[in-house]
Parts: sequence; structure tokens; C-alpha cells
Amino acid sequence: MQTTSPTNNGFLCVPLRASAPLREIRLLSCVFIAAFTLTAQTGSGEKATISATPAAVTASKEDPAAVDRGSKIFAGHCASCHGATAKGITGKGVDLVRSLYVLDDEKGILLTPPIRDGRPDKGMPKSGLTDAEILDVAAWLRVQSYGAGHRTTYTFLDVLTGDAKKGEAYFNGAGKCNTCHSPTGDLKGLGSRYTPQQLQGRWLSPTGRGGAGGRGAAAATGPSRSQKTVVVTLANGQTVSGTLDRVDDFNVTLHDASGAFRSFTRDNGIPKVAVTDPLKIHIDMLRTYTDADMHNMTAYLVTLK
Amino acid sequence: MNKQAFSYAAAAAAILLSVNVTPASAQGVTKEMLLHPSSDTWPSFFGDYSGRRFSALKEINSTNVGNLSLEWAARYTPGPAGTAVNIKSPALLVNGILYFTSPNNGWAADARTGREIWHYAYPPNTGNTNGNRGFGYYGNWLYMETPDGNLVCLNAADGKERWKIRITDPKLDYTTTAAPIVVGNHILVGVGGDHLDNPGFIESVDPETGATQWKTNTTPRKGEPGIETWPDEYAAAHATGQTWIPGSYDPDLNLYYLGTGNPNPVMAEQSRKGDNLFTCSILAINPDTGKIVWYYQATPHDTHDWDSTESVIMIDGQIDGKPRKLVAQANRNGYFYVLDRTNGEHILTTPMLEGMNWNLGLNAKGQPIPDPAKYPKPDGSLVFPNSGGATNWASASFDPETDLFYVGVAKGWSVYYQTDTDDHPEGYGGVDSGAGSEGGSLLAIDYRTGKITWKHDWPAGGGAAHMLTTAGHLLFTGNGNNIIAFDPSNGKILWHSGLMGTPSNGMTTYMLDGRQHLLVGAGDSLYSFALNHPVK
Ligand code: HEC
Ligand code: HEC
Repeated sequence: MQTTSPTNNGFLCVPLRASAPLREIRLLSCVFIAAFTLTAQTGSGEKATISATPAAVTASKEDPAAVDRGSKIFAGHCASCHGATAKGITGKGVDLVRSLYVLDDEKGILLTPPIRDGRPDKGMPKSGLTDAEILDVAAWLRVQSYGAGHRTTYTFLDVLTGDAKKGEAYFNGAGKCNTCHSPTGDLKGLGSRYTPQQLQGRWLSPTGRGGAGGRGAAAATGPSRSQKTVVVTLANGQTVSGTLDRVDDFNVTLHDASGAFRSFTRDNGIPKVAVTDPLKIHIDMLRTYTDADMHNMTAYLVTLK
Repeated sequence: MNKQAFSYAAAAAAILLSVNVTPASAQGVTKEMLLHPSSDTWPSFFGDYSGRRFSALKEINSTNVGNLSLEWAARYTPGPAGTAVNIKSPALLVNGILYFTSPNNGWAADARTGREIWHYAYPPNTGNTNGNRGFGYYGNWLYMETPDGNLVCLNAADGKERWKIRITDPKLDYTTTAAPIVVGNHILVGVGGDHLDNPGFIESVDPETGATQWKTNTTPRKGEPGIETWPDEYAAAHATGQTWIPGSYDPDLNLYYLGTGNPNPVMAEQSRKGDNLFTCSILAINPDTGKIVWYYQATPHDTHDWDSTESVIMIDGQIDGKPRKLVAQANRNGYFYVLDRTNGEHILTTPMLEGMNWNLGLNAKGQPIPDPAKYPKPDGSLVFPNSGGATNWASASFDPETDLFYVGVAKGWSVYYQTDTDDHPEGYGGVDSGAGSEGGSLLAIDYRTGKITWKHDWPAGGGAAHMLTTAGHLLFTGNGNNIIAFDPSNGKILWHSGLMGTPSNGMTTYMLDGRQHLLVGAGDSLYSFALNHPVK
């Protein structure tokens, strides 16, 4: 997937179709993903997995109550062989997440026979469950498969592994963040506006929040601090400047100081166009961060309440 | 071929078709035509087997390209499946008729006007519709994959379905978007999809019946070579390595050069330690048997979704003054590779982007050594480039007259998050989240050294884009909504035209009625260009 979308920070950006593979160029759609904790779902202290997040339950359009009942039945009757997340246990029970019985199931039609009757000769006992209970387990199993295959439903794990003190030192030192920002000024309250993962994306590559087109929490008042400006130098040496609308090799458009729309044809770099992007510093700085710098900074910025 | 006679026949065929009679003269696509396509055809995905997308035509050339003008534009509407039309397929041209696809839809249109001759509309289904990359054409038959995992064979004369066969189970979330490629008596069918750790494969089917001739897995099974690069057979069998972009073919060596996709689980590598053969590789396959004759893995143990499915381009070139049979690939992982195509011997690997941060350098075989510190992590690792890669599936081009290889690159950053830390992860196992872009460029690479001879930085956006070169000393590509002609030796812009959308397919060129045409698709429309005042 391409990250040409200018508005993807603080958001999870995925291809427009949730089921589309990551590998192709296509439109991105960006959605907020709430940070669900997985242990709340599985109720066990096991390692984090991608299975059956609340987001997956919603997106799969299964009945949440049935899924919830099914999860308990599965834990009690099936997990000992198929694993808590139905991915299978070698030598005991097969992976059900990738089982065609689950993937192809509709309304329990495919799943009911093996669950009701078992396969006693192959190590799968009769479940003894009622028809209604089987339908609940089937709903829960379908969510497992859905969740595995749909990235939009994944849950971010612990993003706050950094050292806030080191992040603060970097903010005021090597990062020179304090030359443009203040923790008690423009960045005040930052930590309460985003999840840690969103915040990490947000500060790495902000997309601007003030003025026209700004996106984010409390829209700032006054002129946007992230607006690109442009100076167009015509063949006769005259210059026209203003806020950039768009530019390519053949055309540049802007709004001048009076607010008027101006459009110029370009031909092999003439007229000359000089764009100033207040956010370019953020892109340029990407090459300077270590992952530790990044995690420390995020840990610091979440403290700005 | 005698062009006059040919265009007469094509014109006659078009007249016959307009009154709905199958032209008796249509011989369709022959083996000979695929081996030596004439200038008035574009019979396969890349136009010819070399994959280089270079045309010997020069009526449109660097001195007159300024007169290149629109002849027609035509828009196509989808059938009952309702999938919005997005033409990613090159429009094949045979006997003056264009054949192209969009998911769930295929068309034949008159190359002289763009008017639809027939429309094949696939019924509504729940398959993945992110793309369809076109028809394969052999004899009088067209071959097309459908979103729900089938291959259909259509009569080129009227678009009527001849047969339909199952390639994959759509519920397993394979994507079936690839353009079938015809080699000899084989229809080579590839698949995509890395949602649920499905086995990757390439299948050869019989052109007449659709019966499987052979099927080759792209990852090894028990006892097969390469299994030692996996912790266990289970991991290898669920590792994808898909085959969603066609390869090139050397008839003298009888080898089909195919790039394979990334391993699964995509961003959670803990259950697949090792190099993970034959994912992210270039495979040389015997098209008669399906046997992998040699391989070269461009990205060992990928964790960033960098398929190696980009064009594998054959170059008959010189290395150190000696003639060599080569293949070259500009890879999604940011490196440019040149190999000896007779045996897979590595010749060079060079970076296309500066400052890539995901590996620890190259090993003796020119393979990047992945840096475990830059695997996707629960708290995120900042990686350049992003998962869309330095480049992507859009076709590159090689111009034998400039000796330069042209490719579009994007300079995006991502934070890669691992979301599945289980011992047995499944699916993607992680996501990457965009962290900004330094923009995109068009690169002209000298294949002998891997050095960038010139580049053009786009003022905004840009990245992977289709390329076409011609003997008219022209390089065509797209940026924004523009189709653009460059001087291929120095990157000077010579011509452009604004379209109603972003060029979305590989542009093609051919002779029609004695004049050279340039055809490009953008979204739901095709655009045909020719010189205002053709040189007589
Ligand atoms: C004692 C271990 C055990 C228990 C408990 C168990 N299973 Fe199984 N299950 C198996 C084995 C072993 C197989 C594979 C049988 C075979 O090889 O055909 C299996 C197969 C299945 C299949 C068929 C999968 C396929 O792709 O063929 C389904 C569905 C299934 N189990 C669901 C359940 C459910 C739901 C429960 C709880 C109600 C459950 N199982 C309890 C051992 C068990
Ligand atoms: C040269 C000036 C400059 C420097 C240095 C700079 N930034 Fe910024 N930053 C900006 C601008 C401009 C914006 C956009 C502000 C707006 O639109 O309101 C921005 C936006 C942000 C935002 C988004 C604020 C919000 O409310 O969403 C964060 C967070 C941020 N920067 C953090 C940092 C950090 C951390 C550093 C140091 C590593 C840094 N910046 C260095 C100029 C700078």
C-alpha cells in the first residue's frame, strides 16, 4: 500500500476494502481504531493475538451476544484441544481459523455436523451441546477467521515502551522540538486527544490541525500553521505568491494575498515554483530518529495532558 | 508483414463485426504471434515475452510528439456485479479490436472509435475486486480470472463464455486478479491474497479444456528443496508467496521468469524463522513441467510486505564487455537486481533509494540481510520504505537504445506494528501505519552498473507508475492525471495530456490503419492518441 494519503497519521490506514491485500496500490481509507485490550476479550493472561477483537465482532456483523456466549462455550468445551484462540494445538486439535468449515459456514449449516457428532475415530468427541449452543460457537468461530483476515480489526499492543524523561530531554535537546512547540502551549492536552499509537503517528508526521483542511481535535483558530505557501517566478522576473492550492509539472495554482485564485501553466520548470512546507521539517527529521528516540518521544508526549 | 494488406483485412473484419458476423478471416492469436508480435498487435500483458515494454515503432517520436492528439476517449460501464470500472489491464490489440478488463467485467472495443463491441459481465459475487489485470489471448479464446476464484474462457468474437473452472476457494480469501499468460500450449494462471496464510502457487491449464497441466507451489513441502529455510512444514505450507503479476519468457532457454509475493504471516515472523524460500523470489520455471529450474531470493525473510512480483525484464546486454542474457528487476524492497537468466547467477544489487534502514547490508549473493531490529514490533519500528514499497506492480520498462531501465519510485515511511505475538500468529499479524512521504521520482537506471543516470522528482505525489519506451526515442509514463512523454536519455519532458483520472493501466502502442497510436486507460475510460499530421 502507498502512504501518499496526507491524512493518515494518528489513524490506521488500510486499503479501502478491508478484505483487499496489502500489496497493491490503491486508495487508502483511514479509520480510528479504538485500543481494545485483548485480555478483556479472552480473559486469560495469554499472549496477545489478533482473534475476535470487539472491532472484529462489529465488522463481521455477527450477533455480539451470540459471539460472547460462544466464546465461553468454546473455552469450556473445545479450547483444550483447539487452543484458546482456535488456532489448533499440534497433536490435539486442528486449526479452526483456517478451516473451510468455518470460512464457508453460514448459519451453522456446515459447522453443526462435526460439532454435534464429533469424529470419534479421529480424536474429536461428540460435543453434547444443544443446537442453540452450537450456533453460538459457530458465530464465535466465524469471528476468529474474520478477525485473522481483516487488518482493520487488529488491536495495537503496548506502544508505550519508551522513557518519558529521555523523550523530554530529546524534545528540548537533539530534536529541537521546543524551537517550534511548547508542552504548555500548542501541544497542551495532546496526550488526551489520541491513543498512544495515534499519537506516535501524529507527531512523526503531523498533517496540520489549524485553518482550512486541518484535521484533528480542537481546530485551532487563526491562520493555519501547516499551510504550504508558494512563490511563482514568472519569465519576466515578476513574482506571485500565496497559499499553494496544487502543483504538478504542468500547472501551479494558488490563492494570493487578496484571496484571488491564480493559475499558471508550467513547461519544463518554467515558471519557477518554490514551495514552502512548514511540515517538511517533520519529514526531514524521520531520517534522524532511532526507534528508541521515537518510543521515548511518544512516552513523553502522552504525558502532556 | 505487409501493413497495407493487414490493415485492409482488419478494416474488413471491423465492418463484418459491426453487422454481428464473426469474421471468417480472424485467426486470433497464434504461437508465432506471441513469439514475434507484429507492430499492429499487442497480444499479451507486456506486449511481448521480454517484459521490457519497448516498442520498435517510431512514427511518433521525439521530434513530433508535440503533435500527439486525442483521437477518442471512451467510458465503460460495469455489469450487474456493480464493481466500479477501474481498468488496470493493458488493452490487448488483435485485428483492430481492443480487449480489456476490470473486476467482474471484460470488453471488446473497436480500436478506431473505442465503441464497445461486446461486454462480458460476470454475475454478482462476494469475491475480492481490488483489480483485474487483463485477458490472456490464445487462438480465438480469451482467458480471464474472476473475483470469486474462477478462470473463464470467452469466445473473442462475441464474448460468450465457453467454460469456467475453479482456481481457488474464494472463502480462503485468495485474490484472483492476475492476467493469464500464454506460453506454448499452456495458460499460466497466478493468484494473490495474503489474508489467511494460503498456499501460493502457479498453475498451468489446458487452453481447450481448462484441465490442470501442472501446479507448482511457491513454497516447499516436506522433503522438497528449500524446506530447510522454514522451521517446519506447516509454516512453509501456509506461507503464501503469491503469483499475481505475470512473468517474462525466454523461448530459447524455455524458461518462464516469475516473481513471487511476500511470506505469511506478513508482519509476525516468529513462526517462520529462516529465509522462507521461495517467497520474495525470482523463479525460472520450465513452462512444460512447472519445475523450478533456478531461483534467486530478492528479500530473504521479508517482514514488510515487499512482494517480488514487479516486472522481471529480459535484457540481452553486456556486462564487463561480454554479451550476457540477463533479467533485471526493480524490487519493492528498494533494490535493483540484475541476474544471469541462464542460471540465476547474481550480477548486481544496487539501492534505488538513499537511506533505506531495514537491512544490515548485502551478503555475497547480493541479498539484503534483514535487520531484526526493524521487524514489525508491538511498539512500532520506523522503516523506510513503507509497505507499498519503493515501487510496486506497475510495469517498468527497458529501452535497448538508451540501455536504461525506467521505474517509478515512492519514498514513503511507515511505522510497522506487530499486533500478533502469539507463537502461532495468523494473517497479517501486524499493520503498518504511514509516517509521511518524501515524494516520488522517476528513475532511469543503467543496468550495467545499477547507477541512476537521471531522475525526475515529481513536484507532488508520484511513485510506482507504468512505463513504456519506443524507438521514437520516447518514454511514456503517468503522474497525477497526466500522461507524459519524456526524452529517455535525459529526462526532459516533451509532451503531456491531462486525462479525467490517473493513468491506471500499462499504456500500449501499435499501428492501426498505417498510423501509430498510443492507448492509455485511466479509471473507467480509455484514451487513444495519434499524431495530428502523420508523416506520410
Ligand atoms: C479431545 C479433543 C477435541 C475436543 C475437546 C474438540 N475437538 Fe474438534 N477436533 C479434534 C480433532 C482431533 C479434530 C480433527 C479430526 C479429523 O482429523 O478429522 C477436530 C476437528 C474439528 C472440526 C473440523 C475441522 C476441519 O477442518 O476438519 C471442527 C469444526 C471442530 N473440531 C470443532 C470443535 C468444537 C466447536 C469443539 C468444542 C465444542 C471441539 N471441536 C472439541 C479434537 C477435539
Ligand atoms: C521547524 C518547526 C518544527 C519543528 C522543529 C518541529 N515541529 Fe512539530 N510541527 C510543526 C508544525 C508547523 C506543525 C503543524 C502545527 C499545526 O498545524 O497546528 C507541527 C505539528 C506537530 C504535532 C501535531 C500537533 C497536534 O496538535 O496534532 C506534534 C505532536 C509535533 N509537531 C511534535 C513535534 C516534535 C516531537 C518535534 C521534535 C522531534 C517537532 N514537532 C519538531 C513544526 C515543527
